[in-house]
Amino acid sequence: MAKITYIEHTNKKHIVEVPSNMSVMEGAIQNNIPGIDADCGGSMACATCHVYVDKKWFEKLKKKDEGEEDMLDMAYQPNKFSRLSCQLIVSNELDGLILRMPSKQG
Amino acid sequence: MISTDVLIVGAGPAALFAVQQLGLLGLKAEVVDNLDKVGGQCSELYPDKPIYDIPAISECTGETLIKNLMKQIEPFNTNFHLNERVDQLAKEGTKWKITTNRKKVFIAPSVIIAGGVGSFEPRKFPLKEAEKFEDSGVFYSIRDKKYFDNKKICIFGGGDSALDWSIELSKNSKVVLVHRRSEFRGTSKNVETVNKLKKDGIIQIETPYQLNSIEGDNKIKAITIKDDEGKIKKIDTDYILGFFGLVMKLGPIAEWGLNLDKKHIPVNTESFQTNKEGIFAIGDICTYPGKLKLILSGFHEGALAARECFKLARPNEKYKFEYTTTSKNIHERLGKKYI
Repeated sequence: MAKITYIEHTNKKHIVEVPSNMSVMEGAIQNNIPGIDADCGGSMACATCHVYVDKKWFEKLKKKDEGEEDMLDMAYQPNKFSRLSCQLIVSNELDGLILRMPSKQG
Repeated sequence: MISTDVLIVGAGPAALFAVQQLGLLGLKAEVVDNLDKVGGQCSELYPDKPIYDIPAISECTGETLIKNLMKQIEPFNTNFHLNERVDQLAKEGTKWKITTNRKKVFIAPSVIIAGGVGSFEPRKFPLKEAEKFEDSGVFYSIRDKKYFDNKKICIFGGGDSALDWSIELSKNSKVVLVHRRSEFRGTSKNVETVNKLKKDGIIQIETPYQLNSIEGDNKIKAITIKDDEGKIKKIDTDYILGFFGLVMKLGPIAEWGLNLDKKHIPVNTESFQTNKEGIFAIGDICTYPGKLKLILSGFHEGALAARECFKLARPNEKYKFEYTTTSKNIHERLGKKYI
């Protein structure tokens, strides 16, 4: 279980508890948090669950694999803190995670 | 104008199986899809990825699944209208009139929307100015490459489309290839070729940069690109090409007066009809309590929608449930000899 802060591009904050082993994307969808579309449902095929991870958290996350980096090429306005939230799996270590959503996903 | 029993929007697995179910009932379907090939997400997003949850098929790729579905509907000689998007829907007497972006018109008592997560469209530059120059200086696909001869061109993207066109257009033009990171995800052959062209001074590569601004009034004069550290570079250019893959948009379907729940269309689970009589939604695009976004759900949804379509297409005939193992009618429709 981890408390995750999702921040919309308007700065509206959503703080929710997401069970371990769920993805950060699923945490957003199940809590009806806007800003993450997840069109492909988590198969890493669409780049519409793109988030910017808070700087100090970015380094703590498991590194992205090549497929995720490739998909991020197609994300809307990616930067060096970009991740696909479907690839971030929640665990106790992610308690306190902060991420921001782009102004749109496609 | 094309008159048919059912118009199907989308050509993914749910749509293809719906064609089969309609065919068994003796109904003719026409299929429209915005992509240049059948298969929807299976062909576009994961042609090589194995799928493990199709009943009785322990493992098959998206591509194989679509090939098999196409084989299954061969007896029905279905017309596919690819590279075409449905734009308008209007009531015409008791039937529906559907117009595509190429002004093709269909008349049918039923429309099955099997649109997945919407139609695939090129992903565009996030810059507002890029919209102003779209189709005059900013492009997301190339129809006639001669248009770009002897020009200064900036190509954005890191996949094979960006690399292919960089290689091709550098034969007759000055090409700058810009990508947000140093690695390209194209085939190793394309990456090698591009690097060789760079070494030979034929093309210029700028990484890790993204488009920052466009300069020019009626015509693009120059652009600036920016890296993650905020470093900005200016490049003189006539045209900008962006190859960022495809994005899925609900598109004109959203304007048809159907109830929508986020990007999905609510349906009843008896016939998969929407809030409008004769308009059905199946597959990933429909929603109802307990909806699972699985291919197998799409098959079930299409089978039930097909039965309701029968009632609308053949109001004077009685619908009769028949098994494929024993029905003489079905065997005839499939071109099989009755045993």
